[in-house]
Amino acid sequence: MHTTQALAAATRRRQWRGRALAYAALSLGVLVFAFPIWMTLVGSTHDVGSIGRGDVPLWFGPHGVENYATAWTTGGAGTRNTFVVPASSMLLNSALMAALIAVGKIAISLLSAYAVVFFAFPCRMLAFWLIFITLMLPVEVRIIPTFEVMVNMGLTNTMAGLTVPLMASATATLLFRQFFLTIPDEYVEAAKMDGAGPLRFFRDVALPLSVTNIAALFVILFIYGWNQYLWPLLMVNDRALETIVVGLTKMIGTGDSQNEWNTIMATAMMALLPPVLVVVLMQRWFIKGLTETEK
Amino acid sequence: MMRRTILAGAVALGLSTPAAAQQQPIEIQFWHGLTQPLGGMLEQIAADFNASQSQYRVVATFRGSYPETMVAAIAAFRANQAPHIVQMFEVGTGTMMAAGRAVKPVHELLAETGVQIPFDDYLPAVRGYYSLRDGRMMSMPFNSSTAVVFYNKDAFRRAGLDPEAFPRTWQALEQAARRLRAAGVECPMTTAWPTWTQVEQFSAIHNIPLATQGNGFGGLNAELRINNPLMVRHLQNLVDWQREGLFRYGGRDGQGDALFPNATCAIIFGSSGLRARIQREAQFPWGVAMLPYYEGTAGAPINSIIGGASFWAMNRGPNATRSAAENLGIAQFFAWVSRPEVVRKWHVDTGFLPVRVSVFRALEAEGFYRQNPGADIPIAQLMRGGGQMTENSMGIRLGGFVEIRTIIQEEMERAFQGHQNAETALNSAAQRGNVVLRNFERQNRQ
Amino acid sequence: MHKKVIFRGVALPAALLLPQLVITGIFFFWPAGQAVWSSFLREDAFGLSRQFVWFENFTDVLTDPNYLTVAWNTAVFSASVAVLAMGAALFLAVQADKAIRAATAFKTLLIWPYAVAPAVAAVLWLFLFHPQIGIFGRALNSAGILWDYKINGGQAMTLVIIAAAWKQVSYNFIFFLAGLQSIPKNVLEAAAIDGARPTRRFWTIIFPLISPTTFFLLVVNLVYAFFDTFGIIHALTQGGPGNATTTLIYRVYVDGVQNLNFGSSAAQSVILMALVIAMTAVQFRFIERKVHY
Repeated sequence: MHTTQALAAATRRRQWRGRALAYAALSLGVLVFAFPIWMTLVGSTHDVGSIGRGDVPLWFGPHGVENYATAWTTGGAGTRNTFVVPASSMLLNSALMAALIAVGKIAISLLSAYAVVFFAFPCRMLAFWLIFITLMLPVEVRIIPTFEVMVNMGLTNTMAGLTVPLMASATATLLFRQFFLTIPDEYVEAAKMDGAGPLRFFRDVALPLSVTNIAALFVILFIYGWNQYLWPLLMVNDRALETIVVGLTKMIGTGDSQNEWNTIMATAMMALLPPVLVVVLMQRWFIKGLTETEK
Repeated sequence: MMRRTILAGAVALGLSTPAAAQQQPIEIQFWHGLTQPLGGMLEQIAADFNASQSQYRVVATFRGSYPETMVAAIAAFRANQAPHIVQMFEVGTGTMMAAGRAVKPVHELLAETGVQIPFDDYLPAVRGYYSLRDGRMMSMPFNSSTAVVFYNKDAFRRAGLDPEAFPRTWQALEQAARRLRAAGVECPMTTAWPTWTQVEQFSAIHNIPLATQGNGFGGLNAELRINNPLMVRHLQNLVDWQREGLFRYGGRDGQGDALFPNATCAIIFGSSGLRARIQREAQFPWGVAMLPYYEGTAGAPINSIIGGASFWAMNRGPNATRSAAENLGIAQFFAWVSRPEVVRKWHVDTGFLPVRVSVFRALEAEGFYRQNPGADIPIAQLMRGGGQMTENSMGIRLGGFVEIRTIIQEEMERAFQGHQNAETALNSAAQRGNVVLRNFERQNRQ
Repeated sequence: MHKKVIFRGVALPAALLLPQLVITGIFFFWPAGQAVWSSFLREDAFGLSRQFVWFENFTDVLTDPNYLTVAWNTAVFSASVAVLAMGAALFLAVQADKAIRAATAFKTLLIWPYAVAPAVAAVLWLFLFHPQIGIFGRALNSAGILWDYKINGGQAMTLVIIAAAWKQVSYNFIFFLAGLQSIPKNVLEAAAIDGARPTRRFWTIIFPLISPTTFFLLVVNLVYAFFDTFGIIHALTQGGPGNATTTLIYRVYVDGVQNLNFGSSAAQSVILMALVIAMTAVQFRFIERKVHY
C-alpha cells in the first residue's frame, strides 16, 4: 500500500514534470517561430535612419502607417530603393497568380482524374502514367528549357506564362483519383439507371462529394502559387507584373544604393500575411490537404 | 509578334510615301539597367528626345540589373523580339562584340544613315573601350565611370596624417593604414567591386596585361595572365592586411559601398559614381584621390580604365534585321545622347564622367571643379599618361567575363578566408577562367 | 485499381484528359526533351551557332572539382536541414501529443510558418543576422565574433540552413503529430504498466511505429532542401561567398541564366533529373513496405 502510494506520487510528479516540459518546449517553439516575424513587424514601424544605423528596435515605433502607405503606393521613396514598385500591384499579381494556379490545377485535375477512374478506354493507363511521371521532376530541374519554350511562344511577361506551366502537375490528379475510387459503385449504378450520362454524374454527384477535398487542395495550391520564386524570377522583368515574393528580394539590392529597410520590412510583412491568414483561417482544410496529398 | 509585323509593314508603307510620313511615330524599344534615381534621369533623356522630333518615339524600360537586362535581351533576340537598343554593361562587351549578326555596330549604323557623331571629342579611354582595334565604334558610350579612392579626412587628421595628401603609392598607403589603425580606426581600408578595382584597374594602371592579345582586343584566343608576380604580390598583401586588420573585404560587387559613408572604414576603393551617395550620407569631410600604385613598377602609373555601360543596337532576331527607318531612329537617338548639353547634364547630375573632352574643359573653365573638389580626379586619372593608352590600358574585351569575374571573386574570397594563399588563388582563377575563354572561343567561331 | 462500374465512350474521356495532357506535353515533356537535347550541344549565347558534342558537357561537369564541391555542399546542406527540421519537429510533436490544455492553440501557432515563402523566410532571417542592422548580427559582432556571412562561408551556410529548417519544421510537425496520434494507446499503456520509463518507451516503441512517417518526411525534406531552397539561397547569399552556399540547383541557374552556358546547365539538369527520379523511386518503393507490429 505504501509503495503503491509512493509509486503513484512519483508518477504524478513525473507527469507534472512532463507536462511542464511540454508547455515550456512548446512555448519556446512558438517563440522561435514568432521571433523573426516580430522583429520584422517592429522594424517596419520605424524610420530607415535608426534601422540603418543599427539601433535595432524591440518595440513598435511611430512610423508604421507611413511605411506601409509608402510600400503600398510607391514601393519606396526612390532615392535609395533600387526597385520602386508599389506593393499594391505586386500583391495583386501574386493573388491573381496564386488563385489562377490553384483554380486551374484543381479544374484540370478533376477532369483528368474523372476520366481515368470512370472510363475504360485504350491507352488509359498510358495517360495515367504520363501524368504520374510529372511528379518526379519539379519545375526547377527543367527550368531553362521551359523558359526557352515560353520565350519562343512569346509568353514571357504574361500572366498566362506565369500560371499555365505550373498547372501541369500530378498531385491534385492523384488525390482526386484516390477520392473518386472511394465513391461507392451503387452511386454510379443508380445514376445510370436514372439515365444520367457521365457529365450529369460528374456535376450532380462526384463534384459535390469532392468539395472538402477541393477546399483542402485550394489552400495548399494557393500557398504553393503565392510562394513561387524561381519561375516568376525568370518569367518576369516587366515591373508591372512583378510578384511580391520576388519583388521583395529584388528590393534588397546589391548595395548600389543603401537599402530602405523600413519599406522592405513592411513589404515582407505584406508578402507573408495572405498565405499565413489562409492557413490559420482554414487550418483544418490545410492539414487535411497536406496529409491527403501525401498518401 | 503579329502586331509587330503589321506595324513594321505599316511603317514601311507609310515611309514610302513622303506625304503620309506624318503617321504614328516609329517606336524604338530601349531596355536599360539603371536603378532609381539614375534610371529616371535616363528615361527623361529619352523623353526629351521624343519631344524634340515627331518621327520616332523611344520607349525606355527598366529590365532589371545589368546582368538581368543582358539575359533578357539575349532571350528576346532568340525569340525574334529583341529591343532596338539595349544598355549593356562594360563586362558584357566581349560577348556583344562576338555576337555577330545579333548586333548592329555603331560605325555601320552611322555609315548607312549618314548621321554624324563626333567621336574624336570623346575621352580616349571611353572611345577605346567600345571600338575595334582600328578605331571603328561598335557601341555608343553613355555612362562611364572609373575607379578612384575616397578617404575620410577626419580619420586622417586623427591619425596625424595630412588630410590633403593621400598617399600615392601602396607602400606609403600601408604605413598610413597602420597609423590609422593605431589611432583607433578599426577598418582603415576596404574596397567595393573587388575584381574591378583590385585586378582590372590594378593591371591597367601598372601597365601589365590582364590577358594576352591585348586583354582580348586582338582575338578570341586570349589567355588570362592574372597570376603574374605583381598581381600575386598585391593580392597576398591584401590577404595579409586583412589578417592584420588593416584591410577589410567588403563583399562582392557594390556591397562594400556601404562601409564608407557610415564611417566604418576610412578608405574605400570604389566607383567614381559613389560620389553622389557619399555626398548625401557622409557626415564627415572626405576627399578623392587617384588609385595608388606600387613604387618601382616600370611604366606605372598610367591611365585607369572605364566602367559603366554603353548602348548597343540590336537586330530583332537571328534572321530579322531592322528597316532603314528604324536604323535612322536609333542613330538619331545616339546622336542625341552625344550632344554636349546632354553629356554635361548627365555628368553634373549623376557623378558619371563627362565622356566628351570639350564638356570637361568647359566645366573646368567655369570653375565647376573648384566648387566640387575631387570631381575632376577620375577624369584626370583616365587621361594620365597623356591620353596615350597602351594595349594593357585600353580596356578588357574577354568573352564570358561575367563568369570570369565571379570566378576571380570566388578565389579571392577563399584567400581572404584563409583557405589558400594569393598565388594558389590566382593560379586557380586563371586556370578556371581560361576554360571559360576557350569555351567562348569555341562557341563563337563563326 | 479501377472501378467495376464505368461509363462507356472514348471521345469524352479523351476530351477530359486533353487539358492536362496538353499542358503536360508542352510544358513538361517538351522542355524535358529539350534539356536532354541541349545537354549534347554547345552553342553561343545568341543561338547563332551550335555544335553537337556528344557527352562532353557531362564529362566536363562531372570532372570539374567545383561541381563536386557543390555536390558536397548540397549533401551537407540537405542533411543538416533534414536533421534539424525533423529533429525539432519530432520533439515538438512529442510535447504536443501529451495531454495538455491549449494543445490546439499551440498547434495553430506552430503550423503557420509553412505558409511563408522560402525567400521571405530568408529575408526575415537576414534582418536578424545582418552584420550591421540585425539584432543577432550586431550582438555577435559586439561579443567579438567576427560575424559577416557575406565573407565567411561557414557562417553563410549556417544561416542558410537555419532559415531553411525554420520554415520546414511546421510541415514535419503536422505529420509527426498525426503519426503519433495514430499510435494505439493500449500499446503505450501496456509498456507503461511493464515499467518502461518514458524515454525508453519512446525509443523502443514510438519511434519504430512512426518510422514510415519518418522515412517519408526524410525524402520530402531532402527534396525540399534540394530544390525549394533556391529562393533562400538567392535571397541571402547568391551562392557565395566563394561557392560555399551554392547547391546543385543554384548552379544550374547560374550556369544557365547568368553565365549563359546552356549546354552545361542542361547537362546539370539532366543529372539532377536522374537523381530525383532515383529518390522518388526509392520513396515509392519503401513506402509500400510499412513497419507493423
